[in-house]
Amino acid sequence: MAEIVIKQVAKRFGGFTALHSIDLTIADQEFMVLLGASGCGKTTLLRIVAGLETPSQGEVWIGGRRVDHLPPRERGIAMVFQNYAVFPHLTVFENIAFGLRMKKLPQQEVDGRVNRTAELMHIEQLLKRYSGQLSGGQRQRVAVARALAMEPDVILMDEPLSNLDALLRLEMRAELKGVLAASKTTTIYVTHDQVEAMSLADRIAVMHQGRIVQAASPVEVYRNPAARFVGSFIGNPPMNFIPATKTADGSWTVAGLTLPGPKSDKQTIEFAIRPEDVDAGNEGINATVRVVEPLGPHTLVTCDVEGGLFRAILESNATVAVGDHLRLSPKPDRVRWFDPETTNAL
Amino acid sequence: MHSKALPYLLLTPATLFLCVFFLYPFVLVAFEAFTRDGGFTLDNFRTMAGSWKFPVTVRNTLLLSAIVVPIQLVMALLMATVVSRLETGRSAALYIFAIPLGISDLAAGLIWLAIFDQSGFLNTLLSNLGVIDRPVMFLGYQSKLTIFIAVALAEIWRATAIMMVILVAGMGLIPREYYEAAEVFGASPWKRFIKITLPLLRPSLQTSIILRVILAFEVFAVVAALGGTNLPVLMGETYNWQFTLQDHNVAAAMALFILAISIGFTLFFLRVLRVPKETRI
Repeated sequence: MAEIVIKQVAKRFGGFTALHSIDLTIADQEFMVLLGASGCGKTTLLRIVAGLETPSQGEVWIGGRRVDHLPPRERGIAMVFQNYAVFPHLTVFENIAFGLRMKKLPQQEVDGRVNRTAELMHIEQLLKRYSGQLSGGQRQRVAVARALAMEPDVILMDEPLSNLDALLRLEMRAELKGVLAASKTTTIYVTHDQVEAMSLADRIAVMHQGRIVQAASPVEVYRNPAARFVGSFIGNPPMNFIPATKTADGSWTVAGLTLPGPKSDKQTIEFAIRPEDVDAGNEGINATVRVVEPLGPHTLVTCDVEGGLFRAILESNATVAVGDHLRLSPKPDRVRWFDPETTNAL
Repeated sequence: MHSKALPYLLLTPATLFLCVFFLYPFVLVAFEAFTRDGGFTLDNFRTMAGSWKFPVTVRNTLLLSAIVVPIQLVMALLMATVVSRLETGRSAALYIFAIPLGISDLAAGLIWLAIFDQSGFLNTLLSNLGVIDRPVMFLGYQSKLTIFIAVALAEIWRATAIMMVILVAGMGLIPREYYEAAEVFGASPWKRFIKITLPLLRPSLQTSIILRVILAFEVFAVVAALGGTNLPVLMGETYNWQFTLQDHNVAAAMALFILAISIGFTLFFLRVLRVPKETRI
């Protein structure tokens, strides 16, 4: 049982605040992804949980034990590093066995665990090699095997796939998901890749400028962004935003279209819709087509709406040409609204 | 064509310099060592080895190296670790540690002579403290052990920094992620030093040990200042043959002998501290 509780953790580097009072609870055996652009503080947060960085304030609890004052080795964690950190002077076997030797496990146990995890990661034929004789993908496997061999309560992963080429990344992603689910560990996984986050996570914590903007299931984060940033960061292409002006209480005009919306004191708020949640028809938002990109399964159309860009994903059999005027009607249950000042969802 | 020739062209001045000022004198010395009165002979080596002082000089030099170099290695590792850990004042610490490097070996010998001399600092201090009532002859001809200790101290003081500088550079090349991984996987600071720093520092250890051992075989001015002829070493004896006994053939043989053991030890350390290609960082 290893629930991770992060309480009001903040980190300042000199005058720069990398993390502002983070609160986050990760359930036992949950796969939590910290997602954000570079410099958002996700790696700093991971390193604080690992014990490689000391928080300026706040507490970290793992499995009901306060660990923020403990060195990494006493926290019951294992970690996979971005550059793998596979020791060059040790064989693959000794790399995987490193943590077990530090724990002074009997040789038989070490052999058993190394062979088991090597088999799991399909590197059993590489055990006698050195890091310098491995490809990037193989090193990655060694790094994961080394973490799994510890049979830790918690595995921390810092952008583990970012140094692999696209095809390998796809393969490893699926494999990691299976292996980690089977290992029953609690996982914190840092990435800037939203597809990786969506496909792996039980829950995604979207980070921005040292804060967690939203922590929810992938579908929830995608469908109901808690803030404008989440909508614009997640999804490719991202959400469309159009200013909306009040016509009556709970009624808003969006690019010539009047829609029912939230009640608000404000005169203008923001209307948001995902590109795939509009239909081209006889009524809706007035849009002028600028670029048409047929992508196979569907067609991506970039339009001008009230002087701003608006992207729509239409069926691939739709015949659209540059310069066409379209009426795009948003699916009512998919429309979201944001407060332009706080940027929070309304 | 032009670009292919360029590297060799650039190397030419240095090569010429080495040929004229190193290779040529070396050939001359080797020639002198193996000839006497115009004919080839091994007599010079026989004379050298036959001298009653020869075994003593060899023993003293090797003993001095065997004691000084390991102590220096440990100290240099310690100092390099401290310097590498510093977040502020790192270069200041490095400069302070490296000050003795800027002093010539004779000057270093004289500094330590001023300490151990009959009217030196140590005697003054001890008599002021009331430990002794009259000055002690630390460096007299009867006290070979104290001379040896004084020389060892002076050598350690003088030449530890050269090893440290090489090791600091080497430690800087070890990626921090390895230490973090070791830390996460349960290695204490001491274990990290043994399991990560030492093995990954091998290339720098090799360089610093070879350099230091060669310098130790060439120890001369410090010994001359502190021990005079009371602690004969190889280099001092070479000097003796050349200038006091005026036999440059035997002096040349002696120089070749020092070169031979230097090469021998270099090859030894190259072999022992070899880093296989596949295990490099």
